[in-house]
Amino acid sequence: MTLETRDSFYALADELLGRRREGEEMRLSFQGEESDFVRFNNAAIRQPGSVRQLHLSMELIRGKRHCRAHVVLSGDRALDGSRLRDVLERLRVDLGSLPEDPYLILPDDPRSTEQVGEDRLPKAEEAVEEILDAASGTDFVGIFASGGLFKGFASSLGQKSWFSSHPFNLDFSIYAHEDKALKESLAGLEWNGATLRERLGWAREKLPILDRPPKDISPGGYRVFLAPAAMEEILNVLSYNGFGLRSHRSKTTSLLRLLENEAALSPEVTLTESTKRGLGPSFDDSGFVCPDEVRLIEGGKLTGALVSPRSAVEYDVPTNAASSGEHPRSLEMAPGDIAKDDVLEKLGEGILIGNLWYLNYSDLKNCRMTGMTRFGTFWVEGGQIVAPAPAMRFDESVYRMLGDNLEGLTREQELIMDPSTYSARSTNSARVPGAIVRDFTLTL
Amino acid sequence: MQDLVAKRFREIAPAADFVSLRLLESVQQDIGVRDDVLLPVETCLDAGAMITVFAGGGLGYAATSDLSSSGLARAAARALEWARLSAGRLVLDVSKVEMPCPQGSYESPVEIPWNQVPVSEKSDLLLRACAAAKRSDSIVSRELFLAYHQVDSLYLTANGNETRQRLHLLVPHISVTANRGSESQTRTLGQLALARQGGFELLASIDYEGRAPIIADEARELLDAPNCPSRRMDLLLSSDQMLIQIHESIGHPLELDRILGDERNYAGRSFVTLDMIGTYQYGSNLLNVSYDPLEGQFATFAFDDEGLGAERQLIIENGRLLRPLGGTISQARANTSGVACSRADSWNRPPIDRMANLNVEPGESSLQELVSSVERGVFMQTNRSWSIDDSRNKFQFGCERARLIENGKLGPVVKNPNYRGISASFWRSLKGVGNRDTFEIMGTPYCGKGEPNQVMFVGHASPVCLFGDIEVFGGES
Repeated sequence: MTLETRDSFYALADELLGRRREGEEMRLSFQGEESDFVRFNNAAIRQPGSVRQLHLSMELIRGKRHCRAHVVLSGDRALDGSRLRDVLERLRVDLGSLPEDPYLILPDDPRSTEQVGEDRLPKAEEAVEEILDAASGTDFVGIFASGGLFKGFASSLGQKSWFSSHPFNLDFSIYAHEDKALKESLAGLEWNGATLRERLGWAREKLPILDRPPKDISPGGYRVFLAPAAMEEILNVLSYNGFGLRSHRSKTTSLLRLLENEAALSPEVTLTESTKRGLGPSFDDSGFVCPDEVRLIEGGKLTGALVSPRSAVEYDVPTNAASSGEHPRSLEMAPGDIAKDDVLEKLGEGILIGNLWYLNYSDLKNCRMTGMTRFGTFWVEGGQIVAPAPAMRFDESVYRMLGDNLEGLTREQELIMDPSTYSARSTNSARVPGAIVRDFTLTL
Repeated sequence: MQDLVAKRFREIAPAADFVSLRLLESVQQDIGVRDDVLLPVETCLDAGAMITVFAGGGLGYAATSDLSSSGLARAAARALEWARLSAGRLVLDVSKVEMPCPQGSYESPVEIPWNQVPVSEKSDLLLRACAAAKRSDSIVSRELFLAYHQVDSLYLTANGNETRQRLHLLVPHISVTANRGSESQTRTLGQLALARQGGFELLASIDYEGRAPIIADEARELLDAPNCPSRRMDLLLSSDQMLIQIHESIGHPLELDRILGDERNYAGRSFVTLDMIGTYQYGSNLLNVSYDPLEGQFATFAFDDEGLGAERQLIIENGRLLRPLGGTISQARANTSGVACSRADSWNRPPIDRMANLNVEPGESSLQELVSSVERGVFMQTNRSWSIDDSRNKFQFGCERARLIENGKLGPVVKNPNYRGISASFWRSLKGVGNRDTFEIMGTPYCGKGEPNQVMFVGHASPVCLFGDIEVFGGES
């Protein structure tokens, strides 16, 4: 299927590129998926289904004028070709009424890349049988998503790039009662039922702790361990407007005080956009190829930014093929030196925060965020988990939690494959350690 | 296209207990301007269908952009496979669910069709408004866009039911940022709350162009304003903040699929339980909440995505919870009443329980009367930050702008206003509800929920509302 889809895209691209008129350039970006989605509740199936979708973006360029259309494809070459020829004519008409775009840029060193992933997944039905069997007797809730993801690019500059991958992602939680639950995920390119049973076994062992009376926690400052999943939530919010060059130059970044050298992060904090260790394509929708790494924060200081092709022209700096929103796609936080096995002992007394949820800024200038603890959050005493913690609201500045109050990061990073499926399955990922933070403010 | 796909569906629909097809065709146009430069105009042409099958008590779906007979037949076969696999392993036996038998059509009211207005006229409007927002050198960012979406849907069942609907959705946006040193303040056109159904005429009705310099001036004003004080006080909320308050702490907790636990791995559960329906005092007796397919409101339709007819119903009356928000399947699972709110964000996602238009009904008080009744309080406008726990109880919201209220009078502007509370007690502190003059019809295109994830458009209309003794706080100095 992978190569067949690639060849179909290339053939369609050749036909469309051949229809250019003198003075016209064209960029074509393809995205497709053949996914199975099975949703679970109470260890039973809620909604099972499959989605097959193919989309093509066509950008027509004449001089400094350009416009784009995103078109769904049927997969039938003749039908799609006919529909796209009509769209091309419409773009020609629209182009005539548009002004020049001073920030339009084409790659001056067009390169083609190819990443073809092998399909090693079982049929979704087989995995579902194993999931139902392994989860039997628990209050299991979540989603299994699997199947092929495809991305392609072709342009009149001679580029042809292709990416395909066949990942699965089982994102689930097991509930003890009410809001007391543990969250886990199992994701990768090769399904392994034994690993699933191991993860569920671990969760079953931990569930009785959630049945203990919860620790009564009042608002105040607490020593906490932020597990990698919780740290990733913080970095997710920071990624929304923290690292893009446009946000820096337009003074809308949440890291404005860091940018203006009015605040600092701990020297332990180093953040890198690491395409080479990511799981997605290395090319963007406009034909630029991402560098292996872009260092964003090094030793607590802002050292770089994600630069989209558009920002590159606007601010006269080289692009690093960032998306138009200039958000990271494969963010990596450098590890520290706390061994994972020593975390509870080092924490001593405090809260182990397994996950954070629904984060947002509460004071942008001070990069202060609020959000809730959720899933696998426990009160720790004497280096031991002693009780579940209630869902608590935090309100804390990044300059404190990743600044003076950061006691250390774990030696081990966790690879978190983004389970997001808005419009289509995500290929984003992150590698993050956990962190011990003192005086972490809980407010409600 | 609709008639052709309908004919093909009748030919390929498999023999099963229930089979439906939902075809969506949509055209979206996004036009934006940033700092006086027109962004590339984007047009999106989408079309696809989802086939749903019930067989032997199980259900399955399959969605495809291949609308040929063979494409639809493949999708139907795949949906049937899933239905057979899930039979006996589903959270309910769907053979016991009586699906609606709808017939009818609906189209949003439009005076000036979007597509009859040339792209150049729309871009010129945006460029003029953008230029008007450059009020001083402290204005460092101006972003404006207009997103228009026409959605044509056809819902068919193999036993002969059929609905056709056409929605025209328009989302106007303005965002202006002012800066001094390490402080930036952003003011917007109600975030995206002026989203409505209609055509190009909506822009004149909200004075889109005229609002740009006002928004810019308010952003500059915030740079000079002190931080909102931190203490307990009365809280008056504008309609464009009530939108998020209704959405997060009434809408989501009342969605039946959350109450039934479907969302516990992602969007969360609910502090509301089934035994509360009909008896629970959700708020003070001033609180009246309706599910209302108001003409022109953002999430108005005649039928939901499983064919259930939409009609106005009270959800909360005099503070008492009457019914939750759940579609046909959830109603059957929970053995309770609900409303037409089984909705999918596109052809490639299955319907789930989603609030549509959920509105707070107007009360008796004028804005002046509400302000006059406050000895010490704050009037907050336009949401900019939202966060709530997975049971939809502990919330914290931040607003773009606020004015202090002292001794019954509106006072100075303050910046970085926030407040926090608990849903279960917050609505009981409602002590004043604005009259129809303060009632504004609003909506938002971005509500995330579901596995696989879906982003849905919703509508919320509300008067200005006054709450007593709320924890309010500002930014750090």
